[in-house]
Amino acid sequence: MSAARDEILARVRGALKDVPASEPSDASGLARDYRRVGELSHEERVALFVERCADYRADVRRVGAGELPAAIAQALSARGVRRLAIPTGLLPDWRVDGFDWVEDDALTHDQLSEVDGVVTGCAVAIAINGAIVLDCGAEQGRRALTLLPDYHLCVVREEQVVELMPEGIDRLAVAARAGQPMTIVAGPSATSDIEFNRVEGVHGPRTLDVLVVAAAPA
Amino acid sequence: MSAAWPDVPAFPLAAKAALGDAQLRRNLGRATKTIRDKRLTVVEEMPDWEGLREAGRALKERTLRHLDTHLVQLEAAVEAAGGHVHWARDGEECNRIVTALVQATGARDVVKVKSMATVETGLNEALEAAGIEALETDLAELIVQLGRDRPSHILVPAIHRNRAEIRDLFRRTIGPEDLTDEPAVLAEAARRYLRSRFLRATVGISGANFAVAETGTLSVLESEGNGRMCTTLPETLITVCGIEKLVPTWQDLEVFLQLLPRSSTAERMNPYTTLWSGVRDGDGPRAFHLVLLDNGRTGSLADELARQTLACIRCSACLNVCPVYERTGGHAYGSVYPGPIGAILTPQLAGMKQSGSLPFASSLCGACYEVCPVKIDIPTVLVHLRDRSNKERAAASLRGRLDPERLALKAVARGFATRGRYERLQKLGRRAQWPVARKGKIERLPGELGGWTEARDLMPIPDQTFREWWVARR
Repeated sequence: MSAARDEILARVRGALKDVPASEPSDASGLARDYRRVGELSHEERVALFVERCADYRADVRRVGAGELPAAIAQALSARGVRRLAIPTGLLPDWRVDGFDWVEDDALTHDQLSEVDGVVTGCAVAIAINGAIVLDCGAEQGRRALTLLPDYHLCVVREEQVVELMPEGIDRLAVAARAGQPMTIVAGPSATSDIEFNRVEGVHGPRTLDVLVVAAAPA
Repeated sequence: MSAAWPDVPAFPLAAKAALGDAQLRRNLGRATKTIRDKRLTVVEEMPDWEGLREAGRALKERTLRHLDTHLVQLEAAVEAAGGHVHWARDGEECNRIVTALVQATGARDVVKVKSMATVETGLNEALEAAGIEALETDLAELIVQLGRDRPSHILVPAIHRNRAEIRDLFRRTIGPEDLTDEPAVLAEAARRYLRSRFLRATVGISGANFAVAETGTLSVLESEGNGRMCTTLPETLITVCGIEKLVPTWQDLEVFLQLLPRSSTAERMNPYTTLWSGVRDGDGPRAFHLVLLDNGRTGSLADELARQTLACIRCSACLNVCPVYERTGGHAYGSVYPGPIGAILTPQLAGMKQSGSLPFASSLCGACYEVCPVKIDIPTVLVHLRDRSNKERAAASLRGRLDPERLALKAVARGFATRGRYERLQKLGRRAQWPVARKGKIERLPGELGGWTEARDLMPIPDQTFREWWVARR
């Protein structure tokens, strides 16, 4: 095993004899001539996220700070889902009355497959590409939780929305260095494999609802 | 097994057969036009696209020029996160490692998410020979697997099949019999077929789009959720990753996660991206194995000009814009990697002897270079590899040295070297061309030179050339 390692590394070094020893191995000195800090106002940024996330045929709605529990209840009722899996860290006031809340306390994969849906928060949302990042934090739970149920309701706080990808990647750096697994979600599962036409709904959740909630007034 | 399929004839022959298939040309024409238009829309809305491309190119170049450093760093980071790292010099060694890892778990079947590296090594066939069933879970890969077919596109391996052909295939294989050809209905059939397999799989096998040396993060970008299933649900995950897939730092993903989706599926972001490093208590697989694959890549690295080929992030934009690919399809390339990138990558991985005709499978129009998200100068590499291919052929045999095209081009080069020679040659040619010049055209050249006139007419040397006219008018 280590013979292969030594041989591959020796081949690599042999192939790179033209590279001067003084050249840095990391990216230092390379141009990053692309947008790294957004320019939109808070309102424009959130509006762009809503527009671009909805473009993936996710149902995205904005709600006021105090309206979240009612909006959750309304979204779940509209989809006809009753039994919902949730991460253990989900805030109590998101667990609105009238539904069965199943905490993911090491549920089996079969159990996760049998619930009607899942409700979570997120780590970061990125306006420019309408993507939501889950980093397995307390309000998001493990990866299987948002994968096996057929319906996902994701709550995004307005202050979690950044404009650009570099800003999102930057916010996730701590979690990445801590080895937290992540999932970037851009709409419900889809495929373009038949004649390059996009069709929603393959293996992941076939329905994605997103509630973008305003910050509580200070 | 290598990047090339030994039973496919050289490109000119295979392309001729493919061009005769009207259905194939219709399917490809429609699909590539759809994706070209979509890509243009999502690229044009990015004012900093050129800056991103340049950053992507420079980052990949820097990484490749210090690949040993980054490989060792990645290995340490993955091991620190609880993963195991294996090294495979070639495809066979890779398959042996993976097979042994699967056997050690006792599993008789594995679920796979689309991975070009494992197509390259022929992993599925190797597992099958060891009595292990490898189930492809990507819709297009499933279509290829069920049809006992070969992939013809990097991103959408079943691009050569239209919806009606897929419906017929599904009716014959996974059912039900009353399937329609609606893409949504076909996707639903695949979902039902694969669901129980995902839930009971104990081993998953994946490739990797990017591997971050700093954090040991591996990533799979996908659309359907099958990648999430394969990398999350099984107890053991085995990832096969070419050694060129590295990026130095977590921050560098900010470039590539923008370049890849817009260039490949023409989306602002692909539906699902999974990022993980090693293993995590209570989340995902309990054992993680990373197999780092060489299989010819270090050979490419040694060629200073062609090295840039390894910057490829497998988006397939170059296939979709290529006038040659659009007409011949992927199978004619006889290669796991078709299209412009395949024409430069495969000869380097599989050798000129096997794939020496591929660098010639291009009109050098340059469309591939313009769309490449990491600015691989494919036309220049093509010309460079043509030269290598010719030299290797000439060096290999007397027949190669006496090849009429080679001798003719050598003579032409000598004739074009000075003005005097050029003008004397023109005069000579005017007198010598009478047997082939008819009504102001040369429609057929004799013997081995006939290849030139198979698809085009040549203009004969006129009674008065431009240069003669220019001199005479003074």
